[in-house]
Amino acid sequence: MNPTLDFRGRIITSATVFALAVVFLVLPCIAPARAEMKIQEVTSSQGITAWLVEDYSVPLIAIRFAFDGGSSQDPKGKEGLANLMTGLFDEGAGELDSEAFQSQLDDAGAEMRFSAGRDTIYGSMRLLAEQKDDAFNLLRLAITEPRFDQAPIDRIRAQIVSGIISGSRDPEVEAQFKWATALYGDHPYARRSEGTEQSLATITADDLHAFHKAMFARGKLKVAVVGAIDAETLKGELDKLFGALPGKPELTPIADVRPKLAQTVSVEYELPQTSLQLAYPGVRRDSPEFFGAVVMNHILGGGTFTSRLFEEVREKRGLAYGVSSSLVNYDHANALVVSTSTRSDKAAETLDLVREVVRKMADEGPTEAELAAAKKYLTGAYAINNLNSSGAIASTLAELQLQHLGIDYMERRGALIDAVTLEDTKEAARKLLAAEPAVLVVGPAMAGTDKE
Amino acid sequence: MNLEAGWVARCGRCLLLASLVLFAAAFSPMQASAQSGNGDNGTVADFLLDNGMEVVVIPDHRAPIVTHMVWYKVGSADEPAGKSGIAHFFEHLMFKGTTNHKAGEFGARIAEIGGRENAFTSYDYTAYFQTVPPDALETMMTYEADRMRNLVLTDAVIGPERDVILEERRSRVEGSPDALLDEEVQATLFQNHPYRIPVIGWMQEIKELNRAEAVDFYNRYYAPNNAVLVVAGDVDPDDVRAMAERTYGKVARGPDLPPRMRPQEPEQNTKRTVTLTDRRVSVPSFSKAWVVPSYHSDQPGEAEAIDLLSEILGGGTQSRLYQELVVKAGIASGAGAYYDGTMFDDTSFTVYGSPRGEADIYAVEKAVDVEIRRIIKDGVTDMELEKAKKRFVRSMIFARDRQSSMTNIYGSTLATGGTVQEVAEWPDKIKQVTAAQVQAAAAKYLNPDISVTGYLLPAAEPAVATEAAPMPSPGDPAETESGLPDPVQADPAHTAPAN
Repeated sequence: MNPTLDFRGRIITSATVFALAVVFLVLPCIAPARAEMKIQEVTSSQGITAWLVEDYSVPLIAIRFAFDGGSSQDPKGKEGLANLMTGLFDEGAGELDSEAFQSQLDDAGAEMRFSAGRDTIYGSMRLLAEQKDDAFNLLRLAITEPRFDQAPIDRIRAQIVSGIISGSRDPEVEAQFKWATALYGDHPYARRSEGTEQSLATITADDLHAFHKAMFARGKLKVAVVGAIDAETLKGELDKLFGALPGKPELTPIADVRPKLAQTVSVEYELPQTSLQLAYPGVRRDSPEFFGAVVMNHILGGGTFTSRLFEEVREKRGLAYGVSSSLVNYDHANALVVSTSTRSDKAAETLDLVREVVRKMADEGPTEAELAAAKKYLTGAYAINNLNSSGAIASTLAELQLQHLGIDYMERRGALIDAVTLEDTKEAARKLLAAEPAVLVVGPAMAGTDKE
Repeated sequence: MNLEAGWVARCGRCLLLASLVLFAAAFSPMQASAQSGNGDNGTVADFLLDNGMEVVVIPDHRAPIVTHMVWYKVGSADEPAGKSGIAHFFEHLMFKGTTNHKAGEFGARIAEIGGRENAFTSYDYTAYFQTVPPDALETMMTYEADRMRNLVLTDAVIGPERDVILEERRSRVEGSPDALLDEEVQATLFQNHPYRIPVIGWMQEIKELNRAEAVDFYNRYYAPNNAVLVVAGDVDPDDVRAMAERTYGKVARGPDLPPRMRPQEPEQNTKRTVTLTDRRVSVPSFSKAWVVPSYHSDQPGEAEAIDLLSEILGGGTQSRLYQELVVKAGIASGAGAYYDGTMFDDTSFTVYGSPRGEADIYAVEKAVDVEIRRIIKDGVTDMELEKAKKRFVRSMIFARDRQSSMTNIYGSTLATGGTVQEVAEWPDKIKQVTAAQVQAAAAKYLNPDISVTGYLLPAAEPAVATEAAPMPSPGDPAETESGLPDPVQADPAHTAPAN
């Protein structure tokens, strides 16, 4: 499977891709007229707000919540702190040590997961409605009273270190770090979110407690809940889950960064395939030009079987299994990234072809027919791609809150896409694609390209 | 969302194996019954069309969306000798034009309603699917029924598509030491059965696949009486039946296929090892596999016992391997077991582990063997068994939350010789398994002296560049290589940002 390396080198493996490919919609929102999904805004007596979709057709509940922060908050020298912390929430909390906690979680029939993004710490749980009290109680303990006992710290740290070591001789892993450093310089986004052997060795239980206290606060908390629970019951649960947290997080301000383009990063290695990535300027999520860029990107390299890149690189010439472009939006950086892999003796040809397709888009923009087809796709696909299970709906609702898009966003989104004009997409193509990209090449030395 | 950082933290190096566990967990424990209490939600309808096509309808009225799948009872294990990869290659060719619709037209129709489509191939089946609003269901059926028989295959479309799957093989396999090793472990474990051949095919045989072979394959296997239609979503079974009769029902029944008699495994008598050293490997890992019965090939109750054995021995952080090796002894960064029971013929049972810190890979292997012997000698506790059963039953409730989980449970079961009734009865069969049966399954099948062990080892320092070795591509860094050898998909589905 061709991995999609996004801007930050996050790797979409085939496991993920398979999951994405066989995942289907469960809830509506195809068009406002048909939308049956009612999102309620619920505010508890302590002022904790959640978005709720009540649904009793399957006896389960999915909850997703997010705190501002994430691995970009890792202190210098303690890189990997956020990632390590998120591996420890089911390793003991309150009076329960690791073994007791995990055993009770299993008995409660619940699945709990925490993760650290660049800008955000996420938590989620999927639980059976009939065992809600036990499950929520364990979640409350994890959120408010994590223990960070030494034995689990050492064990989880060793697992992460093992992962770091095992990638240490892999040219693709090396390439990711070279690429991030080349794009971001000394910005926190250039750092390894899992840390290094050295940085992880310095992390103590005190560091974890302090980091938890700084990040887990009610102030920037976003919560989404889907499933068999009513608003009144949820209010009480929200206070229990989050009420004991401090009011405001203590976050280190992170500067915006413009990725450094117009450069080539190469990692030479004898491989049968060469992977290529091209980074172009992006567009902010809150920019009025955002949807013009979304539509243009879809035509260039989005979708599955219909984009220009797919047609030229795969369908006509058989040069690659996967080729795509995507818009990447972080809180402090944006980009449009094209990626593909091709047999090494065709790498120069493929790179030239990708750049030619991009150049044509920059010069001429999409056609009216492409615009119309892309709008139809993007309007209909949202629900199928984002609302295919209770957990996915909860994730989507948390994301909408993080991006300040409003509880009526799904109703408004169709009109936002519909309003995009051909000129908007041409403007987006000119602005994003006329730039000289940063190019990452991983594979044997590439002969025969005259590209800088 | 599977590979969030916290999860990576837990799995570290053994993501390869862990992702297989996830995959297995998504397929075997979710052999869900679909009884539920909301109108006809979950009341599964199952019927045959006159031309022999089986139809399964799973109503789910939570949303105006439907998933439409056709499963063909043909996979890589049905390929002619020397033509490995033809099933998967053919799956790609199904996206070309037909006598009625030019190439790309079906895809464009799906795209214009925001639908989703793809296809995948495994050892025993090939499946095609679209997820669309219900009012587009009959259109999907019309196109899918059309390409069941009316595909136009020319050398002009064959050539570039063969290049695409060669790239796919380079990406998935040639590019990854883990995947190369897995492929050869499988080829060593199965000495006679075609499960020894990779789904995607061997490189030199893929290169030779041609139009005539594709046409033969199509004519032999693509017919209504060798297919199962699975529809899940906001639909009424009677409407689906009428639509199916108007579309698939018009396709002529194909010749009756002989029973799927593949060469079976001989008795195995040896302990075999397969070793791959690669200069990109820093942390070693091993896996050990046995041939065991599947849900289709077993004696009654055996596959359920093996499934529970896999869960108790190595299914996650509550399992014996994780608790003993990772938590208590602290010698492994990861360890577990998996079993893919949804196969037509005898399948594999695998344990795996990777050392932590300075621990020795062979010490980890020994410790895994100790845990297996302990189950063989002393069995499992009632408490362990009850907890594992509860987890399986619970997974069925979670499965009902996703149309794709339900379609895949029914589709894969029916394509591997199972029935709708077996899916419904699975939870009760799981509940009936005794501790003695689990112990007996371990004793019968998990003999460490008759097994195949694969070692992935670092190359001796300093690394010497080799021209001769099939140097894997960077495609998949080792710790994120998922190594799903199957299902192999038509397209690396694009990750659409949630704008």
